[in-house]
Amino acid sequence: MRVPTQLLFGASLSAFFLAMALLSLIWTPYPVEILNIPSKLKSPDWQYLLGTDHFGRDILSMLMIGARTSISVALVAVGIGVLAGVPLGLAAASNRGSAFDDLIMRGNDLVFAFPSLVIAILITAVFGPSAFNAILAIGIFNIPVFARVSRGAALSLWTLEFILAARVAGKGKVRISVEHILPNITNLLLVQGTIQFSLGILAEAGLSYIGLGAQPPTPSWGRMLADAQTLIYTDPRLAFIPGLAIVAMVLGLNMLGDGLRDYLDPRLRKMRP
Amino acid sequence: MLRYLISRIISLGLSLAVASLVIFFVIEIIPGDPASFMLGITASPETVIALKAELGLDQTPVVRYLNWVSGLLVGDFGISYTYKVPISDLVLDRIQVSLPLAVYALILSTAIAFPVGLIAASKRGEPTDFGIMGFTQLGIAVPNFWFAMLLVLLFAINLRWFSAGGFSGWNAGFWFGIKSLTLPAIALALTQASILARVMRSSLIETLSQDYIRTARAKGLSQRRVLIRHALRNAMIPVLTILGLQFSFLLAGGIIIENVFFLPGLGRLIFQAIMQRDLIVVESVVMLMVFAVILVNFLVDITYALVDPRLRREG
Repeated sequence: MRVPTQLLFGASLSAFFLAMALLSLIWTPYPVEILNIPSKLKSPDWQYLLGTDHFGRDILSMLMIGARTSISVALVAVGIGVLAGVPLGLAAASNRGSAFDDLIMRGNDLVFAFPSLVIAILITAVFGPSAFNAILAIGIFNIPVFARVSRGAALSLWTLEFILAARVAGKGKVRISVEHILPNITNLLLVQGTIQFSLGILAEAGLSYIGLGAQPPTPSWGRMLADAQTLIYTDPRLAFIPGLAIVAMVLGLNMLGDGLRDYLDPRLRKMRP
Repeated sequence: MLRYLISRIISLGLSLAVASLVIFFVIEIIPGDPASFMLGITASPETVIALKAELGLDQTPVVRYLNWVSGLLVGDFGISYTYKVPISDLVLDRIQVSLPLAVYALILSTAIAFPVGLIAASKRGEPTDFGIMGFTQLGIAVPNFWFAMLLVLLFAINLRWFSAGGFSGWNAGFWFGIKSLTLPAIALALTQASILARVMRSSLIETLSQDYIRTARAKGLSQRRVLIRHALRNAMIPVLTILGLQFSFLLAGGIIIENVFFLPGLGRLIFQAIMQRDLIVVESVVMLMVFAVILVNFLVDITYALVDPRLRREG
């Protein structure tokens, strides 16, 4: 019974943060654009459930909008990775051993040499910092991940009899990839997507912490931590809440990914430590 | 082996060439005119022209690229526009912080992950294993810069065992330098160690299910002896892969951690360069980092081929 518990726990934790992010679209306890200096650095009470920061902004409201920032950046970045990476991986697999396959794989290796932080540095140096940078940098790094995963899975499918049957029936490579390969790797992509989603949350937090991601006044968990660091001597409480939020969200997504993997296909367990 | 080595070296050279083209394109071609970009919109046309001449930006992109690359090959990274000193001097100075930090973190994470992964694998399914797996799950979820802040809070502010940041150079003594790098290295090592321990565990469990291990057990060897003498060596290949792959994350993580602890390393250098729009510094330091990642992966590939002859056929 251990596996469903993990899946359930991960899913509810992820759903909780998603709900928080969605709720922030229509309602937050307090507005965060307005500075309210008289009530700055308040400890948690019934008025401000998690207290206020150095500008008097409600931490809970900041946390909710921060969840929205993190989730949207990570989600779009996963989308970029899937939309660009999966077709590349499938195309490479259907032309196994060809120059095209080789090109895709070498290209993959090349992108892996640019950690998303380095991509973000390059983009920022030229275009200046923004949340869009974070999306682009994490998204570009996701492309080879999905290309590699879908290529690997597709390669083993191409050796199976039902694919041979489809080829004998006269279906082309593209059609086989879309109609037969893709449906059979969706589970794998779902699991990998969850993992990349959680890595994206961590990367976004890191980028906005060093100022290469979402810019003020947009609240983000990374920025909240950067602000908290300047006040760590006087008010260390500020450093705990956003950090715990990141840990809980990432932990939830990782458990969701592991749980999904075990639930959807126990054979996949070998593929990730 | 020689054929394999040659093909790997060719691919190493190609990767470096393409990487340098990408970096050159992003930094020097996309902004249109790097000189006016670096000086900002308030600069007079004369200063822009002067800077162009100073940096050699009045030449064609092809000539500039070739000049840059041939300079890199002989260790000439150009002159920093803001610091007015050779970038190679800046890099040599900063690398004395960044490289020891990365190596320190790598040693720490390996020293923690190996025994922990070994214990988890040998106690598979027992409470010890569950405890370790839960702990590593947490270690992966903690952002290293937040963990760094918590370390500062506990060990620098409350206990006062370490300073909260800064680095006074190796001149003050080796142990003094090591001490200022200890908290940053622990912060960097946590995630690494967690991932490595999990890889170590699953790789060992995989190896322990092999027939030759059963043979070793059947001939009466103790569990400990089987684990250490027979299983460990074969379980090392996936671990090596992860070690190599993670070098890039270590390097990237180092950039962030240097900012938490105000360490004067390559990460700080690159950030100051971004703020001051010193594109020449950004370009060369990014190239250096990408070079390091590509080189480490090349070395890992070669190491496998040495360890496992079956892998030489690929590539």
